Amino acid sequence: MSNCVLKVMNLTMQFGGVVAVDNLSFEVNEGEIVALIGPNGAGKTTAFNCITGVYAPTNGRVEFYGTTMVENHPKGKMRKQYAGENNGTYLRSIEPTPDKITNLGIARTFQNIRLFSQLSVFDNVLIAKHMRAKQNFLSATFRINHAEEKRMREETYAILEEQDLVKYAEDIAGSLPYGLQRHLEIARALATDPKLLLLDEPAAGMNPQETAELTGFIGQIRKSHNLTIFMIEHHMDLVMRISERIYVLDFGKLIAQGTPTEIQNDPRVIEAYLGVDEDA
Amino acid sequence: MIKQEKNHKSSFIAAIILVAFLIILTLLETFGSQFPEGFLRKTFSSTSMLYTVLKKGATYALVTVSMNLLNGFTGLFSLGQAGFMLLGAYTYGILTIPSAARDDVYYLHGGSAINFSTQEIFGSLFGNSGVGGAVSLILGVLIAIICAGLVAAFFAYLIGLPVLRLKSDYLAIATLGFAEIIRAVFQWDKLAPITNGANMLKSYPTFSSFNITNSNGDVILRLSTVVPFLIAGVCIWIIVLLINSSYGRAFKAIREDETAAEAMGINLAKHKRLSFCISSFFAGVGGAMLAMYASTVQAKTFTSAMTYELLLIVVIGGIGSVSGSCIASFLYIACSEWWLRFLDNEIILSNGFKVPLLRNSFRMVVFSVVIMIIVLFFRRGIMGNKELPDLFKRRRKKPEQQEAAK
Repeated sequence: MSNCVLKVMNLTMQFGGVVAVDNLSFEVNEGEIVALIGPNGAGKTTAFNCITGVYAPTNGRVEFYGTTMVENHPKGKMRKQYAGENNGTYLRSIEPTPDKITNLGIARTFQNIRLFSQLSVFDNVLIAKHMRAKQNFLSATFRINHAEEKRMREETYAILEEQDLVKYAEDIAGSLPYGLQRHLEIARALATDPKLLLLDEPAAGMNPQETAELTGFIGQIRKSHNLTIFMIEHHMDLVMRISERIYVLDFGKLIAQGTPTEIQNDPRVIEAYLGVDEDA
Repeated sequence: MIKQEKNHKSSFIAAIILVAFLIILTLLETFGSQFPEGFLRKTFSSTSMLYTVLKKGATYALVTVSMNLLNGFTGLFSLGQAGFMLLGAYTYGILTIPSAARDDVYYLHGGSAINFSTQEIFGSLFGNSGVGGAVSLILGVLIAIICAGLVAAFFAYLIGLPVLRLKSDYLAIATLGFAEIIRAVFQWDKLAPITNGANMLKSYPTFSSFNITNSNGDVILRLSTVVPFLIAGVCIWIIVLLINSSYGRAFKAIREDETAAEAMGINLAKHKRLSFCISSFFAGVGGAMLAMYASTVQAKTFTSAMTYELLLIVVIGGIGSVSGSCIASFLYIACSEWWLRFLDNEIILSNGFKVPLLRNSFRMVVFSVVIMIIVLFFRRGIMGNKELPDLFKRRRKKPEQQEAAK
């Protein structure tokens, strides 16, 4: 058994009376590509947002390389309303902001592209380097950090070169075609030096050919950056071809897990996606 | 691209032009009264409106650039600028009124609680006359200005803790409220030994104190216009450096998309607070400069109307453009103080025809119309989000692109 990178334990996210993610537990091991699939509204992105700190989960724990990164239990008004399980298992309340989680080495992309659209491609990637630079605002203002700044710029250039984006470096990010914007978003995520990359529907809005290119690309960056990849995806051919394990979510609950072949033949998954034949 | 600053040559040329401009300004102000009678003498003599406009314009340029740092570059819509200027102006005034003049200034409240001034502290070290006096004046004023900025930044930090959790309009309302509260607090009787209550502070060093005089008291060299340019210039230069640094990029990222910025590891709370404090620091410095310009400080002048005026300049200049803010503040001040003054006076032509509409405050009507036109048709302002050098760059680039297209 290889090293466990991400371990999600009994994650529950409840908005008012709606339980969007219900008692979700899963693991992602080092070097794996794991996919989370499910019909629309199953709670995939919510689960993502809980892991990346956009939401503080209602209950549950997330571990990253064995250390607890997020942990929470129902508090305040939620104590009465809480409809999930495992109430009382988790006692601490650790709610880091997304930047702290990125700092630990988890990068993410967004379902609807969120580039800094008025800034240049180069600046988009350069901003990701800001977090790890050893500087403060005074040393940055008065250029005492020029060695650090130079290093940041060189690393940015290297990433753009590797991703074949150098020729767009001075273009405004918002003016790029859609496929390149997706590519840039991944390049920007890579610039934060992640160990784990979370991709939220990387192939959304792509045609079959672009999807095929993306499949190769994801495999390639995993190798070149020693990444573990966890993704949400709707394109089944991409998911089936690339991922080693798949988790299936429906109405916030984990309904199946296994290898692509197992998932394809799982009656519960087929039921969730296609519905039950009522005559049968 | 890989280098941070692109060409040292053009910045060198720009620096030379600026220095030459300042020298010419000094010479004009000093010797402008010696032009032959006529337009030149009227425009350039030391009592001309030109210098008033330039002094106030430089002050406003700094304040609007600091406001632009917050509104245009970090995307925080704050309207507390007048409050921070007030803090700066009062700090400057309180620290620099000479102790001999304090009883006179604070006569209603039985003298001042603070009985020192920064330039006198330095005066005791360097002497009070001649070169020593000049050094102690410069150092004293400099320290007071920096204190003015620090006080404003400190208050910004305290206010920022709760207020920066708010977004867009709510932040604007909260900061506007703060500015009004500060104005009321400074007029409070209980604080009068320090703030002189609703009365004004005066007798502190102004821009004219920097004019060099000979032993008879005649002015040899007038520096009263160059000094605000120097202070504002240095401050704006620092702001530009900040904007072009790694932190400036982080501010822009927050403006573009907070969620994405956070996902890139930018600590929103820390960076917003930083931007808020730095912006307020320079607003405080701007307030101190306004105090030097006006030679009196009174809390009731720092109204919300002043903030709107500043916001208007930022919008006219272009949200997210430093040079736009500078150009717009000079234009705005020139229009409101000088060029459009004639609208306020009744004009009767030689044939006895009275020009209609012209009367007191008609200028403000024209201004309102101008604002409406700008908001409706020129939403991007004079410069949009471009800077002055960008304009030259594009012109130079175009022929190459055309050739490439062929």
